[in-house]
Amino acid sequence: MRMDTNPRQSSSVGMTGLFAATCRREFLLSFRRKSDLVNPLIFFLMVATLFPLGVSPEPGFLAQLAPGVVWVAALLATLLSMDALFRSDYEDGSLEQLLLSPQPLFVVVLAKVLAHWMMTGLALTLMAPLLGMMLFLPAEGMPGLMLSLLLGTPTLSLVGAIGAALTVGLKKGGVLISLLVLPLYIPVLIFGSSAVQAAVTGLPLGGYLALLGALLALALGLAPLAISAALRISISS
Amino acid sequence: MAEKKWMPRWFYQLASPRWCYQITGRLLPWFSVAALLLLIGGTVWALAFAPADYQQGNSFRIIYLHVPSAILAQSAYMLMAVAGAIGLIWKMKVADMVLKSAAPIGASMAVLALATGAIWGKPTWGSWWVWDARLTSMLILLFLYLGVMALNSAIENESTAAQASAVLALVGVVNIPIIKYSVEWWNTLHQPATFKLTEKPAMPVEMWLPLLVMVIGFYCFFAVSLMQRLRNEIIWRERRAGWVRELLNKQ
Repeated sequence: MRMDTNPRQSSSVGMTGLFAATCRREFLLSFRRKSDLVNPLIFFLMVATLFPLGVSPEPGFLAQLAPGVVWVAALLATLLSMDALFRSDYEDGSLEQLLLSPQPLFVVVLAKVLAHWMMTGLALTLMAPLLGMMLFLPAEGMPGLMLSLLLGTPTLSLVGAIGAALTVGLKKGGVLISLLVLPLYIPVLIFGSSAVQAAVTGLPLGGYLALLGALLALALGLAPLAISAALRISISS
Repeated sequence: MAEKKWMPRWFYQLASPRWCYQITGRLLPWFSVAALLLLIGGTVWALAFAPADYQQGNSFRIIYLHVPSAILAQSAYMLMAVAGAIGLIWKMKVADMVLKSAAPIGASMAVLALATGAIWGKPTWGSWWVWDARLTSMLILLFLYLGVMALNSAIENESTAAQASAVLALVGVVNIPIIKYSVEWWNTLHQPATFKLTEKPAMPVEMWLPLLVMVIGFYCFFAVSLMQRLRNEIIWRERRAGWVRELLNKQ
Protein backbone atom coordinates (compact mmCIF):
# COMPACT_ATOMS: atom_id res chain seq x y z
CA MET A 1 0.00 0.00 0.00
CA ARG A 2 1.12 3.52 -0.79
CA MET A 3 1.58 5.73 2.25
CA ASP A 4 0.03 9.16 2.04
CA THR A 5 0.50 12.19 4.25
CA ASN A 6 -2.85 13.73 3.47
CA PRO A 7 -5.42 11.73 5.45
CA ARG A 8 -8.44 12.80 3.42
CA GLN A 9 -6.83 11.86 0.13
CA SER A 10 -5.55 8.56 1.45
CA SER A 11 -8.98 7.63 2.72
CA SER A 12 -10.62 8.35 -0.64
CA VAL A 13 -7.97 6.37 -2.48
CA GLY A 14 -8.46 3.65 0.10
CA MET A 15 -12.18 3.57 -0.59
CA THR A 16 -11.94 3.00 -4.35
CA GLY A 17 -8.90 0.81 -3.82
CA LEU A 18 -10.85 -1.28 -1.38
CA PHE A 19 -13.75 -1.58 -3.81
CA ALA A 20 -11.47 -2.61 -6.67
CA ALA A 21 -9.48 -5.02 -4.51
CA THR A 22 -12.62 -6.76 -3.25
CA CYS A 23 -14.02 -7.06 -6.77
CA ARG A 24 -10.71 -8.45 -8.03
CA ARG A 25 -10.58 -11.01 -5.25
CA GLU A 26 -14.15 -12.15 -5.94
CA PHE A 27 -13.46 -12.52 -9.67
CA LEU A 28 -10.28 -14.48 -9.05
CA LEU A 29 -11.97 -16.80 -6.59
CA SER A 30 -14.89 -17.56 -8.84
CA PHE A 31 -12.84 -18.07 -11.98
CA ARG A 32 -10.85 -20.67 -10.11
CA ARG A 33 -14.05 -22.55 -9.32
CA LYS A 34 -15.65 -22.52 -12.72
CA SER A 35 -18.40 -25.00 -11.91
CA ASP A 36 -19.95 -22.57 -9.40
CA LEU A 37 -19.90 -19.99 -12.13
CA VAL A 38 -21.69 -22.11 -14.72
CA ASN A 39 -24.19 -23.95 -12.49
CA PRO A 40 -26.76 -21.13 -12.19
CA LEU A 41 -26.69 -20.68 -15.97
CA ILE A 42 -27.32 -24.37 -16.60
CA PHE A 43 -30.11 -24.25 -14.06
CA PHE A 44 -31.59 -21.24 -15.88
CA LEU A 45 -31.58 -23.19 -19.14
CA MET A 46 -33.04 -26.33 -17.57
CA VAL A 47 -35.93 -24.58 -15.84
CA ALA A 48 -36.89 -22.97 -19.14
CA THR A 49 -36.78 -26.39 -20.81
CA LEU A 50 -39.21 -27.81 -18.30
CA PHE A 51 -42.06 -25.53 -19.36
CA PRO A 52 -42.58 -26.70 -22.95
CA LEU A 53 -42.35 -30.28 -21.68
CA GLY A 54 -44.64 -29.75 -18.72
CA VAL A 55 -47.22 -27.35 -20.10
CA SER A 56 -47.49 -27.48 -23.87
CA PRO A 57 -45.03 -27.30 -26.81
CA GLU A 58 -47.47 -25.19 -28.83
CA PRO A 59 -45.63 -22.01 -30.03
CA GLY A 60 -48.51 -19.55 -29.59
CA PHE A 61 -49.13 -20.65 -26.04
CA LEU A 62 -45.44 -20.62 -25.13
CA ALA A 63 -45.02 -17.13 -26.55
CA GLN A 64 -47.66 -15.91 -24.11
CA LEU A 65 -45.94 -17.67 -21.25
CA ALA A 66 -42.40 -16.65 -22.21
CA PRO A 67 -41.98 -13.28 -20.37
CA GLY A 68 -43.03 -14.74 -17.06
CA VAL A 69 -41.14 -18.00 -17.48
CA VAL A 70 -37.85 -16.33 -18.36
CA TRP A 71 -38.22 -13.94 -15.43
CA VAL A 72 -39.12 -16.69 -12.96
CA ALA A 73 -36.22 -18.81 -14.19
CA ALA A 74 -33.80 -15.89 -13.82
CA LEU A 75 -35.13 -15.20 -10.33
CA LEU A 76 -34.72 -18.82 -9.24
CA ALA A 77 -31.25 -19.06 -10.75
CA THR A 78 -30.17 -15.94 -8.84
CA LEU A 79 -31.66 -17.35 -5.68
CA LEU A 80 -29.79 -20.62 -6.18
CA SER A 81 -26.45 -18.86 -6.44
CA MET A 82 -27.09 -16.64 -3.40
CA ASP A 83 -26.13 -19.14 -0.72
CA ALA A 84 -22.52 -19.28 -1.95
CA LEU A 85 -22.05 -15.51 -1.67
CA PHE A 86 -20.70 -15.42 1.88
CA ARG A 87 -20.47 -19.15 2.61
CA SER A 88 -16.84 -19.85 1.68
CA ASP A 89 -15.66 -16.59 3.24
CA TYR A 90 -17.45 -17.56 6.41
CA GLU A 91 -15.97 -21.03 6.44
CA ASP A 92 -12.35 -20.00 5.93
CA GLY A 93 -12.61 -17.08 8.36
CA SER A 94 -11.96 -14.26 5.89
CA LEU A 95 -15.42 -12.85 6.53
CA GLU A 96 -14.47 -12.30 10.15
CA GLN A 97 -11.33 -10.46 9.04
CA LEU A 98 -13.44 -8.27 6.76
CA LEU A 99 -15.69 -7.34 9.67
CA LEU A 100 -12.70 -6.59 11.89
CA SER A 101 -10.98 -4.39 9.30
CA PRO A 102 -11.29 -0.62 9.77
CA GLN A 103 -12.64 -0.13 6.24
CA PRO A 104 -16.38 0.55 5.90
CA LEU A 105 -18.29 -2.69 5.48
CA PHE A 106 -20.76 -0.91 3.15
CA VAL A 107 -18.13 -0.68 0.40
CA VAL A 108 -16.89 -4.24 0.80
CA VAL A 109 -20.40 -5.63 0.72
CA LEU A 110 -21.33 -3.53 -2.30
CA ALA A 111 -18.25 -4.76 -4.15
CA LYS A 112 -18.98 -8.37 -3.30
CA VAL A 113 -22.58 -8.07 -4.49
CA LEU A 114 -21.50 -6.27 -7.67
CA ALA A 115 -18.98 -8.99 -8.48
CA HIS A 116 -21.61 -11.62 -7.77
CA TRP A 117 -24.10 -9.86 -10.02
CA MET A 118 -21.62 -9.63 -12.89
CA MET A 119 -21.14 -13.37 -12.73
CA THR A 120 -24.80 -14.36 -12.36
CA GLY A 121 -27.25 -11.56 -13.17
CA LEU A 122 -25.29 -10.15 -16.08
CA ALA A 123 -24.60 -13.61 -17.47
CA LEU A 124 -28.29 -14.48 -17.16
CA THR A 125 -29.21 -11.27 -18.99
CA LEU A 126 -26.85 -12.13 -21.82
CA MET A 127 -28.26 -15.64 -22.00
CA ALA A 128 -31.91 -14.57 -21.87
CA PRO A 129 -32.40 -14.09 -25.67
CA LEU A 130 -31.54 -17.76 -26.12
CA LEU A 131 -34.31 -18.72 -23.74
CA GLY A 132 -36.60 -16.24 -25.42
CA MET A 133 -35.96 -18.00 -28.74
CA MET A 134 -36.60 -21.40 -27.17
CA LEU A 135 -39.96 -20.19 -25.85
CA PHE A 136 -40.94 -18.39 -29.09
CA LEU A 137 -40.86 -14.93 -27.54
CA PRO A 138 -41.55 -12.46 -30.40
CA ALA A 139 -38.49 -10.52 -31.53
CA GLU A 140 -40.06 -7.22 -30.42
CA GLY A 141 -39.91 -8.47 -26.84
CA MET A 142 -36.14 -9.09 -26.80
CA PRO A 143 -34.94 -5.52 -26.01
CA GLY A 144 -37.53 -5.27 -23.26
CA LEU A 145 -36.42 -8.61 -21.84
CA MET A 146 -32.75 -7.66 -21.85
CA LEU A 147 -33.32 -4.18 -20.42
CA SER A 148 -35.67 -5.33 -17.68
CA LEU A 149 -33.29 -8.11 -16.66
CA LEU A 150 -30.36 -5.68 -16.73
CA LEU A 151 -32.17 -3.36 -14.31
CA GLY A 152 -33.90 -6.05 -12.26
CA THR A 153 -31.22 -8.65 -11.57
CA PRO A 154 -28.95 -6.28 -9.54
CA THR A 155 -31.91 -5.69 -7.21
CA LEU A 156 -32.37 -9.45 -6.94
CA SER A 157 -28.69 -9.87 -6.03
CA LEU A 158 -28.80 -7.06 -3.44
CA VAL A 159 -31.96 -8.32 -1.76
CA GLY A 160 -30.82 -11.94 -1.93
CA ALA A 161 -27.56 -10.97 -0.25
CA ILE A 162 -29.57 -9.86 2.81
CA GLY A 163 -30.99 -13.37 3.06
CA ALA A 164 -27.56 -14.89 2.49
CA ALA A 165 -26.05 -12.71 5.22
CA LEU A 166 -28.80 -13.63 7.69
CA THR A 167 -28.36 -17.37 7.14
CA VAL A 168 -24.59 -17.60 6.66
CA GLY A 169 -24.04 -18.90 10.19
CA LEU A 170 -26.49 -21.75 9.72
CA LYS A 171 -25.54 -25.16 8.43
CA LYS A 172 -28.50 -25.55 6.11
CA GLY A 173 -29.22 -22.09 4.85
CA GLY A 174 -30.30 -22.97 1.32
CA VAL A 175 -34.02 -23.57 1.77
CA LEU A 176 -34.31 -20.88 4.40
CA ILE A 177 -32.89 -18.23 2.06
CA SER A 178 -35.62 -18.89 -0.49
CA LEU A 179 -38.24 -18.62 2.23
CA LEU A 180 -36.90 -15.27 3.41
CA VAL A 181 -36.14 -13.72 0.07
CA LEU A 182 -38.86 -14.88 -2.34
CA PRO A 183 -41.61 -12.62 -0.90
CA LEU A 184 -39.23 -9.67 -1.28
CA TYR A 185 -38.58 -10.57 -4.94
CA ILE A 186 -42.22 -10.25 -5.98
CA PRO A 187 -42.27 -6.54 -6.97
CA VAL A 188 -39.21 -7.01 -9.19
CA LEU A 189 -40.86 -10.00 -10.84
CA ILE A 190 -44.10 -8.09 -11.44
CA PHE A 191 -42.46 -5.04 -12.99
CA GLY A 192 -39.91 -7.09 -14.91
CA SER A 193 -42.35 -9.41 -16.60
CA SER A 194 -44.81 -6.54 -17.19
CA ALA A 195 -42.05 -4.66 -19.02
CA VAL A 196 -41.47 -7.65 -21.30
CA GLN A 197 -45.21 -8.03 -21.90
CA ALA A 198 -45.48 -4.33 -22.77
CA ALA A 199 -42.59 -4.67 -25.19
CA VAL A 200 -44.22 -7.66 -26.88
CA THR A 201 -47.53 -5.85 -27.36
CA GLY A 202 -45.82 -2.68 -28.53
CA LEU A 203 -46.80 -0.54 -25.54
CA PRO A 204 -44.30 1.93 -24.06
CA LEU A 205 -42.18 0.24 -21.40
CA GLY A 206 -40.46 3.34 -20.00
CA GLY A 207 -42.66 3.37 -16.93
CA TYR A 208 -41.82 -0.20 -15.94
CA LEU A 209 -38.12 0.37 -16.51
CA ALA A 210 -38.31 3.53 -14.40
CA LEU A 211 -39.94 1.55 -11.58
CA LEU A 212 -37.28 -1.16 -11.85
CA GLY A 213 -34.65 1.58 -11.72
CA ALA A 214 -36.29 3.09 -8.66
CA LEU A 215 -36.27 -0.29 -6.92
CA LEU A 216 -32.60 -0.67 -7.83
CA ALA A 217 -31.78 2.78 -6.44
CA LEU A 218 -33.58 1.96 -3.20
CA ALA A 219 -31.84 -1.40 -2.92
CA LEU A 220 -28.44 0.14 -3.68
CA GLY A 221 -28.88 2.64 -0.88
CA LEU A 222 -30.42 0.47 1.80
CA ALA A 223 -29.55 -3.18 1.14
CA PRO A 224 -25.80 -2.86 1.92
CA LEU A 225 -26.75 -1.44 5.34
CA ALA A 226 -29.02 -4.39 6.03
CA ILE A 227 -26.42 -6.83 4.69
CA SER A 228 -23.70 -5.37 6.93
CA ALA A 229 -25.97 -5.48 9.97
CA ALA A 230 -26.99 -9.04 9.17
CA LEU A 231 -23.37 -10.13 8.72
CA ARG A 232 -22.39 -8.64 12.08
CA ILE A 233 -25.31 -10.46 13.72
CA SER A 234 -24.49 -13.77 12.05
CA ILE A 235 -20.80 -13.57 12.96
CA SER A 236 -21.39 -12.52 16.57
CA SER A 237 -22.92 -15.87 17.51
CA MET B 1 -30.24 18.59 38.14
CA ALA B 2 -33.77 17.34 38.13
CA GLU B 3 -34.64 15.69 34.87
CA LYS B 4 -38.04 16.31 33.49
CA LYS B 5 -40.15 13.17 33.29
CA TRP B 6 -41.62 12.65 29.86
CA MET B 7 -43.00 9.22 30.45
CA PRO B 8 -44.57 7.58 33.50
CA ARG B 9 -42.32 5.25 35.42
CA TRP B 10 -44.10 2.05 34.41
CA PHE B 11 -43.23 2.76 30.80
CA TYR B 12 -39.50 2.48 31.51
CA GLN B 13 -40.12 -0.53 33.68
CA LEU B 14 -41.55 -2.41 30.70
CA ALA B 15 -37.97 -2.79 29.49
CA SER B 16 -37.08 -5.09 32.35
CA PRO B 17 -38.39 -8.65 31.97
CA ARG B 18 -39.29 -8.90 35.65
CA TRP B 19 -41.32 -5.68 35.77
CA CYS B 20 -42.81 -6.39 32.38
CA TYR B 21 -44.05 -9.72 33.72
CA GLN B 22 -45.68 -8.01 36.69
CA ILE B 23 -47.21 -5.13 34.72
CA THR B 24 -48.66 -7.40 32.04
CA GLY B 25 -49.95 -9.66 34.82
CA ARG B 26 -51.89 -6.71 36.21
CA LEU B 27 -53.19 -5.62 32.78
CA LEU B 28 -54.12 -9.09 31.60
CA PRO B 29 -57.48 -9.52 33.44
CA TRP B 30 -58.74 -6.11 32.25
CA PHE B 31 -57.92 -6.81 28.64
CA SER B 32 -59.36 -10.33 28.87
CA VAL B 33 -62.67 -9.05 30.17
CA ALA B 34 -62.77 -6.28 27.56
CA ALA B 35 -61.94 -8.71 24.75
CA LEU B 36 -64.54 -11.20 25.90
CA LEU B 37 -67.31 -8.60 26.25
CA LEU B 38 -66.53 -6.82 22.98
CA LEU B 39 -66.17 -10.01 20.95
CA ILE B 40 -69.33 -11.65 22.30
CA GLY B 41 -71.34 -8.42 22.15
CA GLY B 42 -70.01 -7.55 18.69
CA THR B 43 -70.67 -11.03 17.31
CA VAL B 44 -74.25 -11.15 18.58
CA TRP B 45 -74.90 -7.63 17.31
CA ALA B 46 -73.32 -8.34 13.93
CA LEU B 47 -74.99 -11.69 13.31
CA ALA B 48 -78.43 -11.09 14.78
CA PHE B 49 -79.20 -7.37 14.73
CA ALA B 50 -77.24 -5.68 11.96
CA PRO B 51 -79.34 -5.29 8.77
CA ALA B 52 -78.70 -7.64 5.86
CA ASP B 53 -77.00 -6.25 2.77
CA TYR B 54 -79.41 -5.37 -0.06
CA GLN B 55 -77.29 -7.19 -2.64
CA GLN B 56 -75.39 -9.87 -0.80
CA GLY B 57 -78.00 -10.80 1.78
CA ASN B 58 -76.58 -12.43 4.87
CA SER B 59 -73.31 -13.61 3.34
CA PHE B 60 -71.81 -10.16 3.87
CA ARG B 61 -71.78 -10.77 7.63
CA ILE B 62 -68.45 -12.53 7.32
CA ILE B 63 -66.81 -9.11 7.06
CA TYR B 64 -67.26 -8.86 10.82
CA LEU B 65 -64.50 -11.44 11.06
CA HIS B 66 -62.70 -10.68 7.84
CA VAL B 67 -62.03 -6.95 8.26
CA PRO B 68 -60.80 -7.09 11.89
CA SER B 69 -58.46 -9.99 11.18
CA ALA B 70 -57.05 -8.25 8.09
CA ILE B 71 -56.50 -5.03 10.06
CA LEU B 72 -54.85 -6.99 12.88
CA ALA B 73 -52.57 -8.88 10.51
CA GLN B 74 -51.17 -5.56 9.29
CA SER B 75 -51.00 -3.94 12.73
CA ALA B 76 -49.21 -6.96 14.16
CA TYR B 77 -46.56 -6.67 11.46
CA MET B 78 -46.00 -3.01 12.28
CA LEU B 79 -45.77 -3.84 15.98
CA MET B 80 -43.31 -6.61 15.20
CA ALA B 81 -41.14 -4.31 13.10
CA VAL B 82 -41.18 -1.52 15.70
CA ALA B 83 -40.26 -4.04 18.41
CA GLY B 84 -37.48 -5.28 16.13
CA ALA B 85 -36.12 -1.76 15.65
CA ILE B 86 -36.24 -1.09 19.40
CA GLY B 87 -34.50 -4.41 20.06
CA LEU B 88 -31.78 -3.66 17.51
CA ILE B 89 -31.14 -0.07 18.61
CA TRP B 90 -31.46 -0.26 22.39
CA LYS B 91 -30.75 -4.00 22.77
CA MET B 92 -33.83 -4.54 24.90
CA LYS B 93 -34.58 -8.16 25.70
CA VAL B 94 -38.30 -7.54 26.09
CA ALA B 95 -38.53 -6.03 22.61
CA ASP B 96 -36.92 -9.20 21.20
CA MET B 97 -39.50 -11.28 23.00
CA VAL B 98 -42.37 -9.10 21.73
CA LEU B 99 -41.12 -9.65 18.18
CA LYS B 100 -40.99 -13.38 18.66
CA SER B 101 -44.44 -13.50 20.29
CA ALA B 102 -46.18 -11.24 17.77
CA ALA B 103 -45.15 -13.21 14.66
CA PRO B 104 -47.33 -16.32 15.12
CA ILE B 105 -50.35 -14.24 16.15
CA GLY B 106 -49.99 -12.02 13.10
CA ALA B 107 -49.56 -15.04 10.87
CA SER B 108 -52.72 -16.67 12.20
CA MET B 109 -54.62 -13.40 11.69
CA ALA B 110 -53.43 -13.32 8.08
CA VAL B 111 -54.57 -16.93 7.61
CA LEU B 112 -57.95 -16.06 9.13
CA ALA B 113 -58.34 -13.04 6.83
CA LEU B 114 -57.46 -15.13 3.77
CA ALA B 115 -59.74 -18.00 4.78
CA THR B 116 -62.76 -15.79 5.53
CA GLY B 117 -62.11 -13.88 2.31
CA ALA B 118 -62.12 -17.14 0.34
CA ILE B 119 -65.35 -18.31 1.99
CA TRP B 120 -66.98 -14.97 1.15
CA GLY B 121 -65.54 -14.92 -2.36
CA LYS B 122 -67.07 -18.26 -3.38
CA PRO B 123 -70.75 -17.12 -3.33
CA THR B 124 -70.01 -13.48 -4.24
CA TRP B 125 -67.26 -13.58 -6.87
CA GLY B 126 -67.87 -17.19 -7.84
CA SER B 127 -64.38 -18.45 -6.96
CA TRP B 128 -62.37 -19.18 -3.86
CA TRP B 129 -59.38 -17.21 -4.99
CA VAL B 130 -58.63 -14.48 -7.48
CA TRP B 131 -55.19 -13.06 -8.17
CA ASP B 132 -56.18 -9.63 -7.01
CA ALA B 133 -54.03 -6.94 -5.43
CA ARG B 134 -55.42 -7.13 -1.90
CA LEU B 135 -55.47 -10.91 -1.75
CA THR B 136 -52.01 -11.26 -3.17
CA SER B 137 -50.46 -8.68 -0.88
CA MET B 138 -52.09 -10.34 2.13
CA LEU B 139 -50.67 -13.66 0.99
CA ILE B 140 -47.23 -12.08 0.70
CA LEU B 141 -47.65 -10.62 4.18
CA LEU B 142 -48.30 -14.17 5.40
CA PHE B 143 -45.11 -15.31 3.63
CA LEU B 144 -43.16 -12.54 5.36
CA TYR B 145 -44.49 -13.70 8.73
CA LEU B 146 -43.57 -17.30 7.92
CA GLY B 147 -40.07 -16.16 6.92
CA VAL B 148 -39.57 -14.34 10.23
CA MET B 149 -40.83 -17.38 12.14
CA ALA B 150 -38.65 -19.78 10.16
CA LEU B 151 -35.55 -17.66 10.70
CA ASN B 152 -36.33 -17.28 14.38
CA SER B 153 -36.61 -21.01 14.89
CA ALA B 154 -33.60 -21.87 12.70
CA ILE B 155 -31.07 -19.94 14.81
CA GLU B 156 -30.39 -21.53 18.15
CA ASN B 157 -28.82 -18.62 19.98
CA GLU B 158 -31.76 -16.60 21.30
CA SER B 159 -30.33 -13.11 21.00
CA THR B 160 -28.88 -13.78 17.53
CA ALA B 161 -32.22 -15.18 16.41
CA ALA B 162 -34.02 -12.09 17.67
CA GLN B 163 -31.62 -9.68 15.98
CA ALA B 164 -31.67 -11.56 12.70
CA SER B 165 -35.45 -11.68 12.61
CA ALA B 166 -35.57 -7.98 13.51
CA VAL B 167 -33.45 -7.16 10.45
CA LEU B 168 -35.72 -9.30 8.29
CA ALA B 169 -38.86 -7.68 9.72
CA LEU B 170 -37.47 -4.21 9.01
CA VAL B 171 -36.54 -5.13 5.44
CA GLY B 172 -40.09 -6.42 5.09
CA VAL B 173 -41.47 -3.06 6.25
CA VAL B 174 -39.59 -1.27 3.49
CA ASN B 175 -41.02 -3.75 1.06
CA ILE B 176 -44.64 -3.72 2.20
CA PRO B 177 -45.68 -0.44 0.52
CA ILE B 178 -43.80 -1.52 -2.61
CA ILE B 179 -45.60 -4.86 -2.66
CA LYS B 180 -48.91 -3.15 -2.00
CA TYR B 181 -48.58 -0.72 -4.89
CA SER B 182 -46.94 -3.16 -7.28
CA VAL B 183 -49.76 -5.69 -6.94
CA GLU B 184 -52.34 -2.90 -7.01
CA TRP B 185 -51.09 -1.70 -10.39
CA TRP B 186 -50.78 -5.26 -11.53
CA ASN B 187 -54.37 -6.40 -10.98
CA THR B 188 -57.28 -5.36 -8.83
CA LEU B 189 -60.83 -6.39 -7.96
CA HIS B 190 -61.15 -6.12 -4.16
CA GLN B 191 -63.16 -3.16 -2.82
CA PRO B 192 -61.30 -0.31 -1.11
CA ALA B 193 -60.81 -0.06 2.64
CA THR B 194 -63.93 -0.04 4.84
CA PHE B 195 -62.61 2.38 7.44
CA LYS B 196 -60.63 5.48 6.61
CA LEU B 197 -59.55 8.09 9.10
CA THR B 198 -60.53 10.95 6.84
CA GLU B 199 -63.94 9.88 5.57
CA LYS B 200 -67.19 8.50 6.85
CA PRO B 201 -67.69 4.81 6.03
CA ALA B 202 -69.81 4.12 2.97
CA MET B 203 -72.14 1.79 4.84
CA PRO B 204 -74.92 2.79 7.25
CA VAL B 205 -74.26 3.25 10.95
CA GLU B 206 -76.09 0.08 11.97
CA MET B 207 -73.66 -1.89 9.84
CA TRP B 208 -70.32 -0.32 10.64
CA LEU B 209 -70.82 0.23 14.37
CA PRO B 210 -70.76 -3.51 15.18
CA LEU B 211 -67.75 -3.77 12.86
CA LEU B 212 -65.96 -1.12 14.89
CA VAL B 213 -66.81 -3.03 18.07
CA MET B 214 -65.38 -6.19 16.53
CA VAL B 215 -62.20 -4.39 15.46
CA ILE B 216 -61.63 -3.05 18.98
CA GLY B 217 -62.46 -6.49 20.36
CA PHE B 218 -59.88 -8.06 18.06
CA TYR B 219 -57.28 -5.55 19.23
CA CYS B 220 -58.03 -6.45 22.85
CA PHE B 221 -57.83 -10.14 21.98
CA PHE B 222 -54.50 -9.52 20.25
CA ALA B 223 -53.24 -7.73 23.37
CA VAL B 224 -54.31 -10.63 25.60
CA SER B 225 -52.76 -13.22 23.35
CA LEU B 226 -49.55 -11.21 22.96
CA MET B 227 -49.22 -10.68 26.70
CA GLN B 228 -49.71 -14.36 27.43
CA ARG B 229 -47.11 -15.39 24.88
CA LEU B 230 -44.79 -12.70 26.16
CA ARG B 231 -45.16 -13.85 29.76
CA ASN B 232 -44.43 -17.43 28.74
CA GLU B 233 -41.37 -16.26 26.84
CA ILE B 234 -40.17 -14.18 29.79
CA ILE B 235 -40.52 -17.11 32.18
CA TRP B 236 -38.71 -19.42 29.76
CA ARG B 237 -35.80 -17.09 29.06
CA GLU B 238 -35.38 -15.91 32.62
CA ARG B 239 -35.76 -19.42 34.03
CA ARG B 240 -32.34 -19.17 35.69
CA ALA B 241 -33.11 -15.85 37.37
CA GLY B 242 -33.88 -15.77 41.10
CA TRP B 243 -37.29 -14.11 40.83
CA VAL B 244 -38.61 -16.75 38.43
CA ARG B 245 -37.51 -19.53 40.80
CA GLU B 246 -39.27 -17.80 43.68
CA LEU B 247 -42.37 -17.35 41.57
CA LEU B 248 -42.43 -20.99 40.53
CA ASN B 249 -41.76 -22.21 44.07
CA LYS B 250 -44.69 -20.20 45.35
CA GLN B 251 -47.11 -21.95 43.02
